Amino acid sequence: MKEHAVVIENLSRHFGQFKAVDRVSLTVSRGETFGFLGANGAGKTTTIRMLCGLLMPTSGGGSVAGFDIATRPEEVKKHIGYMSQKFSLYPDLTGRENIHFYGAAYGLARTVIRQRLETLAERLSLHEFIDRRTASLPVGWRQRLALAVALLHEPAILFLDEPTAGVDPVFRRRFWEILYELAEAKITIFVTTHYMDEAEYCGRISIMHQGRIVELGRPFDIVRRLDAAGLEDAFISLIRSREATNA
Amino acid sequence: MALVSVDHLSKAYGRIRAVNDFSFEVQPSEIYTLVGPDGAGKTSIMRMLCGLLNPDSGRLSIAGHDVSSRLEEIKPLLGYMPQTFSLYPDLSVEENLIFYAGIYGVTGPGFTQRCEYLYTFSNLKPFSKRRAGALSGGMKQKLALSCALIHQPKLLVLDEPTAGVDPLSRRQFWEILLRFRADGVTILVSTPYMDEVARADRACLLFNGRKLSEGTPTELTALFDGRVFFLDAEPTVELVQRINTSPDLRARRFGSALHLYTGKDAAADDVVRTLIDAGMPSPQLREIPPDLEDCFIQLMERAT
Repeated sequence: MKEHAVVIENLSRHFGQFKAVDRVSLTVSRGETFGFLGANGAGKTTTIRMLCGLLMPTSGGGSVAGFDIATRPEEVKKHIGYMSQKFSLYPDLTGRENIHFYGAAYGLARTVIRQRLETLAERLSLHEFIDRRTASLPVGWRQRLALAVALLHEPAILFLDEPTAGVDPVFRRRFWEILYELAEAKITIFVTTHYMDEAEYCGRISIMHQGRIVELGRPFDIVRRLDAAGLEDAFISLIRSREATNA
Repeated sequence: MALVSVDHLSKAYGRIRAVNDFSFEVQPSEIYTLVGPDGAGKTSIMRMLCGLLNPDSGRLSIAGHDVSSRLEEIKPLLGYMPQTFSLYPDLSVEENLIFYAGIYGVTGPGFTQRCEYLYTFSNLKPFSKRRAGALSGGMKQKLALSCALIHQPKLLVLDEPTAGVDPLSRRQFWEILLRFRADGVTILVSTPYMDEVARADRACLLFNGRKLSEGTPTELTALFDGRVFFLDAEPTVELVQRINTSPDLRARRFGSALHLYTGKDAAADDVVRTLIDAGMPSPQLREIPPDLEDCFIQLMERAT
């Protein structure tokens, strides 16, 4: 296994004249917790779709989990997991049934599903509620269940979209403690979010603006470098100064 | 006199006590924020205040009018923006404004004038013919706000208006709210995000239908009991656990940083010693002010 989970060089994607992603280069190491930030329309979603093998680059390229995103997108898809704030769990099924359903969808054998379910239930502390109907669970528990589903096929990289939106800070903290454990087990955590409450949990973040990465580093280093009151102020002053320069 | 007065309000859905003996007041021309996670009771409180949901017990009044008995007097005073925008996606920006104006009887020159005024805030005039469904998230949010303000209400009730919106649009939205406040509008707004509290005049922290605390942003962070230290480190899960076995010290990881929480009388030297004992070579501590999330977590832990 390569030491880098994501390597992209001069990655670009144009839609007609519009450069949605414009010569982006980025390296994320295995086991990093990485936050991928930017305003709406900055090019985040387009970049992630390319990283997930769902969209071909116009030029440039890279690899995810060691597989070339342009020539081996099917391999890329097999080695990534995805969890969105809009959970794809079936509300009328129990947690256990949801996991079996998704395991079957991934083509895993029943015995394999059962084994992984045990491991995940232990690791994510699911035992307490795994046999309850999903709809009846508090949002923080459903999130852990959604995480288990995203990890079922043992991905090398986990893409998370605002994973802790709306949960209380204590639940958010517990969820991130789980993510840190996964990261230590060399699963790469790649988070997109609009919320600095979440971004501050990342080891490194990048900020995208008009198709380019305009800032990259550890959250507290970025705050210090921009002499900002916090990460949100740093983000806003960065984007505003860019827009003032462009105007 | 308070513009909004909520007194011992309770509401249960079956066995779930969504709002539990909850009281607060909002003063005229104040921005008051209800902060709490999903399920804390924010939406239920707002819907009861707008007369859309009946409380089990307690009293609500707006500008001295009781919400349950004098709803007709209250309606013209009130602008409400629910969580899911109530815009008509197939109507244009302008048609949405006309629709809402019609409901409140705002017509003729009054309507034109009001639209011009609202366009100065929203910058939506160049898009007045665009379908609402084709607007960006930030623009939809500004249109929904304009519709809620079309009849010049005294009180604006906004239920998580910034959900799913990027930080820049969120900041612009708050700047617009401050300008309306300067024009005399009172604003009650809810959010699950701590970082939005800094911009409010006063905020109330909610959890499980109850008030944890209330005050100005400065007063709320001052409630934090203890000291917080920052440490630039690459902490392992095991190291954090080891530090947390110490009775007087809590470590929380934020990416490549550790935040260390101690009692207010603790000395930095003692923290350093604990860290060295836990296996850190030469920790360089820097004291930082507690933030609202620190405060919220402490209040939550003490409440349960």
